[in-house]
Amino acid sequence: MPSVLRAIFSPHELAVYGSKFVAGLEDLYREIILDHYRNPRNRGELEVPPAVQAVGFNPLCGDEIVVYLEVRDGVIVDLSTGGQGCSISQSSASMMSTAVKGRTVLEARRLVRAFKHMMSIHGSGIGGSGDDLDEDEPADDSQNGVKLGDLEALRGVVKFPVRIKCATLSWNTLVDALEQAFD
Amino acid sequence: MNSTAGGTSSRIGKSTRADFPILADEAHDKPIIYLDSAASSQKPRCVLEAMNNYYETINANVHRGAYELAAQATEAMETARAETARFVNAYSANEIVFTKNVTEAFNLVARSWGGANLGPGDAVVITEMEHHANIVPWQMLAAEKGFEIRWISVTADGQLDLSNLDRLLDGAKLLGVTAMSNVLGTLNPIRRLADAAHNSGALILVDAAQYVPHLPCDVQALGADFLGFTGHKMCGPTGVGVLWARAELLEAMPPFMGGGEMILDVRKDGFTPNHIPHKFEAGTPPIAEIVGLGAAVRYLDGLGMERVREHEVSLTAYALRTLQERYGDDLAVHGPAEPACRGGVLSMSFRDIHPHDLSQVLDDRGVCVRAGHHCAKPLMRHLGLAATTRASLYVYNDTSDVDALADAIGAAGDFFAA
Repeated sequence: MPSVLRAIFSPHELAVYGSKFVAGLEDLYREIILDHYRNPRNRGELEVPPAVQAVGFNPLCGDEIVVYLEVRDGVIVDLSTGGQGCSISQSSASMMSTAVKGRTVLEARRLVRAFKHMMSIHGSGIGGSGDDLDEDEPADDSQNGVKLGDLEALRGVVKFPVRIKCATLSWNTLVDALEQAFD
Repeated sequence: MNSTAGGTSSRIGKSTRADFPILADEAHDKPIIYLDSAASSQKPRCVLEAMNNYYETINANVHRGAYELAAQATEAMETARAETARFVNAYSANEIVFTKNVTEAFNLVARSWGGANLGPGDAVVITEMEHHANIVPWQMLAAEKGFEIRWISVTADGQLDLSNLDRLLDGAKLLGVTAMSNVLGTLNPIRRLADAAHNSGALILVDAAQYVPHLPCDVQALGADFLGFTGHKMCGPTGVGVLWARAELLEAMPPFMGGGEMILDVRKDGFTPNHIPHKFEAGTPPIAEIVGLGAAVRYLDGLGMERVREHEVSLTAYALRTLQERYGDDLAVHGPAEPACRGGVLSMSFRDIHPHDLSQVLDDRGVCVRAGHHCAKPLMRHLGLAATTRASLYVYNDTSDVDALADAIGAAGDFFAA
């Protein structure tokens, strides 16, 4: 039991929530995450236009993600990512690219919502408020039946709150790119 | 091998650790290898007890009540001021202004002294290795007052480039410089810079946040005009920092914040400010924290700042040697290579492992370090780095902590090996 929990919470609260906070490296660095980090998919640049380009920053650590996105007839026909960052931000970008490439924009937006829900403390069943959710997202919404597949490997990131922004950086940048594509 | 660090200062290090309750083995599920003292130091029992004793025995507001408790609280606070003044060899205790931290100390100087003295055509000189606390207050004021900010650049080996110092200082009213870089560990030649500033008719403001906790500090010998340091990096509590300035400067400066404590008289048509240092201490001060800072000063005095410095030089040498032996060119420690010319701040880059990932694996082994830009983004840009992993040493660290750091770095290397 991490001692910070003993210092902050009552024994009753610990009995209810305590085990949810116990986390080891293996919760964070799942093998599939390390694989995407070492062998990133869809790395590179696309010609702008026809593609659009969005850049996302994490001011805390200086990480930077570039998302190139080409949409045709409501379908994401091509997507690639660039930038630099830690294993979590880079693998999340790689996994995001494989998850949304070839999907319709509508499906991609649903996936973004489901992923960000999973990345909120509420969505992962740890309790507290889901303050990383979109404003228009009902707090008690589930993943709405969206299958996250390999992305489930990133669920453990929630146990390391300072790393959540690493995992969501590429997804927020994707949202910016989608908005540009429809400007 | 472990006897190389310590030497004549054997009291410091392993045996000092027992003074710090948070570092006791039984306090956590795994041993804490605390290597982030440049961000905030741990607190010895005597500091915690001093603050607790204050609340349990003499708590009352200061400089107000006529009753015994209030007099005792006031005396405790003013004793801490006198001890702090002596610790940095101030000319007098009324040159010690208690602030929240160094950031507030420098905002005080910018708003009060800068507001009264800087305008179009003037210049403030700062360096590329400053903490944001000695950059942003000047940028904010410059946007209002229209003065120029000039920068002293940093050389490839992490030193200030002083080749064009005279030109930069020409017509400047203030030189703001850190005594020790919180990223590179560089110890800057403050006396030389103070003389150069004074010869140009400028004042010198010294960021001693990383200096006062680690080296003997003599504001008179340094030739400083303003100097800031903070309690929580020197075994004291958070919430209390210090602006030291020469009395005649403080006397001439207008008040910073207005309110209680900082006045002699208030009338409907105006007010008369209090004498220094109270003129700059509006509102009820953090009395318990000031008492705690006094205890921290006594604690460091007991260790002896010369011996603290000796301990850190030998431990830094051991760390640089150990990391070089074990990882060679795979690991870079940024900043000066010579331990006697630097502080115990080791900003590292290891292979292509991101500092977030490196510090995460270190944390898994109980090794506490800082990953990021260390609130010095202009310097990080100059170095071409987005982030580094920083380990910093203090009085409770010894060679076993360095060995644990080196082992954990190896574990991270294995973990992220393709």
